[in-house]
Formats: sequence, C-alpha cells, structure tokens
Amino acid sequence: MSTLFRDAPAGLPASLARRVLSQGRYEAAAMLRNGEQLVLMIVMPLLGLIALAVTPILDGMGNSRINIATPGILALCALSTAFTGQGIATGFDRRYGVLRFLSTTPLGKAGLIAGKVIAVLVALAIQVVIISTVAAFLGWRPSAAGVALGIPLLVLGAATFTALGLLIAGTVRPEATLAITNLGWILLAALGGIVLPAAKFSATMAGIVDWLPSGALGTLMRAALLQGRVDVFAIVILLAWAVAGSIAAIKWFKWT
Amino acid sequence: MTQTSPPAPDAALVISGLVKDVGPIAALDGRMKRIVSNISLQARFGEVTALLGANGAGKTTTIECAQGLQNRTGGSISLLGRDPDDADATLRARVGVMLQDGGLPPAARPVTLLRHVASLYSNPLSVDALVARLGIGEFSGTTIRRLSGGQKQRVALAASLLGNPEILFLDEPSAGLDPQSRLMVFELIRELRDAGKAIVLTTHLLDDAQRLADYVYIVNHGESVTEGTVPELLSQSTASQSHRVVTFEAAPGLDTAALVHDGVRCEETRPGSYRLGGALEPADLGRFGGWCAGQGIMPTSVHLASQSLEDVFLAIAASKEPLALKTETR
Repeated sequence: MSTLFRDAPAGLPASLARRVLSQGRYEAAAMLRNGEQLVLMIVMPLLGLIALAVTPILDGMGNSRINIATPGILALCALSTAFTGQGIATGFDRRYGVLRFLSTTPLGKAGLIAGKVIAVLVALAIQVVIISTVAAFLGWRPSAAGVALGIPLLVLGAATFTALGLLIAGTVRPEATLAITNLGWILLAALGGIVLPAAKFSATMAGIVDWLPSGALGTLMRAALLQGRVDVFAIVILLAWAVAGSIAAIKWFKWT
Repeated sequence: MTQTSPPAPDAALVISGLVKDVGPIAALDGRMKRIVSNISLQARFGEVTALLGANGAGKTTTIECAQGLQNRTGGSISLLGRDPDDADATLRARVGVMLQDGGLPPAARPVTLLRHVASLYSNPLSVDALVARLGIGEFSGTTIRRLSGGQKQRVALAASLLGNPEILFLDEPSAGLDPQSRLMVFELIRELRDAGKAIVLTTHLLDDAQRLADYVYIVNHGESVTEGTVPELLSQSTASQSHRVVTFEAAPGLDTAALVHDGVRCEETRPGSYRLGGALEPADLGRFGGWCAGQGIMPTSVHLASQSLEDVFLAIAASKEPLALKTETR
C-alpha cells in the first residue's frame, strides 16, 4: 500500500467532453433518484394534463382539450426541471460547498454549468416522452411540423429557465431558493400563461402575462403545436429573458 | 521576524505579499475589508507545510487564493509554476483540494461519488485502493449526510487524492476527527510526503502542526508573523534560555497575581488547574515555592515541562498589537 501514490502517474484531466458528459450523467441520476424532484417533474405535470383533459376548463377555445393542454404541459415540464428542480439542487450544492469542491477538480466552473445543462436536457427528454405518450393515449395528434418546431422552442425555454434558476440559486440562501422557485412554479403554472392561455382570464391579465417567460413559452408551444407557426412576439420576449437571465447569472452568481 | 527567503527550486507553491480585500461591506459604509494584508509562504515537494493561526487569521482565504477559488487583490502566487487565477483543467488535475467543510453532496453515497470524481481524470488512482486505505468500505452504502464528521473527512480526503496530485491542500484536516480517523489521516499525510508530494495544511490546532509539519508559517490578523521548523520556532520564541512551563493543580480561584511579572504569565486554564508560562527563570521556581507557602497551599500536582508550540504561538499573539481594522475605499 505504501506505493499507492509513489508509483502512480501524476494527475491528468479526462477530455473536456468526457468530463462534461460524466457530470451531466451524475447530476441527471441525482435528479431522478430524488423523490421530491420526481413528483415535481413527472407527477405534477401528469396530474395537470389529466385534469385539463377531463374537465371543461379549456372548452370553447377552438380545439380539443388535449390539443390545447399538451403544449402547455410540456412547457410546464421545462419550468419544473430547469427552474425549480435545478435551482433547488444548485442552491443546496452551493451551501454544502459542492460547487467549490467540483470547481477545484478538472471539471472546473464552466464544466459544472455545462453538466447541469445536460442534466436538465436529459430529464426534460424523459418528461417529454412520458407526457407525449400519455397525451397520445388521450387523443393528442400533433403535426410533424409542429413537433419539429416545438422541440427547439422547448430547449430554448429550458435554457431560459436554467439561467433564471441559476441566478436565484447563486445569489440567495438555499432556503430562499426553495421558497422562491416553488412559489414561482405555482404562480407561473396557475397564472403565468404557461398551461392556461392568459386570454382565458382577462385582457388586462394577458397584457402582463405576455411579457413573462412563462407566458411566452406557453404561447410559443401552443402556436407551434396547434398551428405549426412561430409566434414572433413571444420568441422575442423569451430570447430577451434568456439573454438577460444568462448575463445576470454570470455577473452575480456566487460560488460560496 | 518575518523574512522571505528566495524561491526554492523545489517549491510547489510560492506566495509573495498576498493581499485580499472582500466586500464592499455594508456595515463599513460600503468600504472593502482587508482580510489578508501581507502573507508570504513557500511549500516544497516532499514536505508538510503548515499555515498556523487563530480562527479568522486569514488561513483559508490564503489557500483559497492559492487554489484559484478566490481572486487575490495583490501580491503574486505561483502554483506549480502557474498563476492559479488562470488555472485550466491540466493544472487542476495536478492539485488536490480538501475543503474545510468537505464539499460533498449529502445525498450521495461515498463510493458512487468517488467513482464520479475519478471519471474526471484520465488516469485516476484506483477507487478501491483508496477506499481500502482509508477504511471507507465499512460505510460505503451510507449516504454522506448520515456519516460522522471523521467519516466525511476521510471521503473528502479520498476525493482530493484521486488524481494523485503533486500538491495537496488540506484545510483543517483534523476538524471533527475521532481518534481512529485522526491516526489514519495523519499516517496518510506522512505517506504522501514520503512519496514526494507537497502538502499544505491549515490548522488552528498547534498539536497538528507540531506532529505533522516540517515547516510552519504563523499568521495573525492577515499577516505572516514568523516561520521556521518546529524546533526553530521553539527556540526563537524566548530570548531567555528557558523554554519551560509549570502546570499545577490546587484549589480553584487562587490569586496568582504575585507570580506574574515581566514576561511571565499565569492563567487558570480550568477551575483548579493553573499554567505558569512565558520567560521562566530559575528564580521563578523559588517565587512559586514562596507563593505556595504564603498562600498556605500544597498543590495536588506540579509539573515542569518543555514549552510547546502553543507557548510560542501565545507569546507571538500576545506580543502583536491587534491590528486596527484596515479598510480602504474602492
């Protein structure tokens, strides 16, 4: 045993791709092993989908319940995973010094963030498969063009909410992150235009909600999957949130 | 007393005149607070270098600057010949870091975490060998949040060693260690030193420094105060020849004022236990006997011992005026 260190070669980093993928796989596994996260990521969106499919909330909006509900629920998945789930995990990693420790390994700070983005995308892919399968059983039949548009828009939404989640996790205490991201999830899911089109409530409300990242992503997903088009106003709003969120996170994120 | 030697060719880490400000601090009207004002040190390969100081002396800040975790305000740092502020993956792979709080995710299991950290290196040490060496196998299936402090420290140490680093930073390595873990960790540190690694440890425990360190830097209020091998520091501390300390036990609450004079201190370390230290002269033993007679007491025990690093440290800390809070506007 005394030769454990003496005869071994000195440390060399794994390749960048391997480091980042390894971190992504590790974080995704941690996310999927966490019961609370699974409730937030899978159970809540599924309950929302079924509730919208069996109740008349979405009736009279010019399309079947399931066709209006599914794009919004997919957008909700991005909010759950990228904003709430990832934000809470990062906030506690920061508290426990995990971010500091990993940034001293060959992974580094940039690799750590890249790994988190990969984990969010892996989790989101799993959510999309589950939600889409259940929705298909409930009669959802999206057009191929709608799906082709919807996927990159959902990824853009996930990127936006990842930046916003990191911004909160990197600037306030983890307990506050927990409160803000959970409350944000409930408010945005209920009133933020992500699941229910804001026009459903009132014109005043729609005027506010259209400027939120949640409202923009909901509108984009519905326009893509129901009409096969990109809503220009909504994509400008979402891109603005993505850029502003990323700049703010880079500027203010604290590692300790 | 501080003298900075020229950089040695076998130095793994050279810090010169480190300055670190934090802030702006709202309580200081938005000014910066200077927490390290002038710290210099070198760590050589094949040596344990200890950075010793009270809590808040600037030890952790200093090594975090050396690791690139914090950006310094002034001074220079050479880590394996590179600037830690520009560390890339290649440099980070050659440096091992064990943080004061471990930095381990509470929900992870030790071996799963170690395998993940190992995957970040192209040629890691065997996880199984490290697990066996540090006795991690006995709790490998337990999540980190359920481990004892000593068990967590062992996992954090293993994680810092996976890349077989050339320089290893250990921040308060014996904090929270049970005796068994402490023995295990100390043995491993000596083994790493014998394998030619540079080991930098920070500690506020004088005993750790005395047992492990080949070379000690004492820092106080963000400044290097003195440096040397343990024997050098012991001889340097007292201008007088005697590096002795008398401990005795008697009734609690005695008035020991008569024992105190230039350079000699007496304190009641716990009720009924007294410690007479400082620049003791033979006459002080006579004075002690006279004091006992005068008080009419027969101590239950009297012990005359060599001075420890703790005496050096206390003498240095006492001789330094506490620095005024140094601030400057940004």
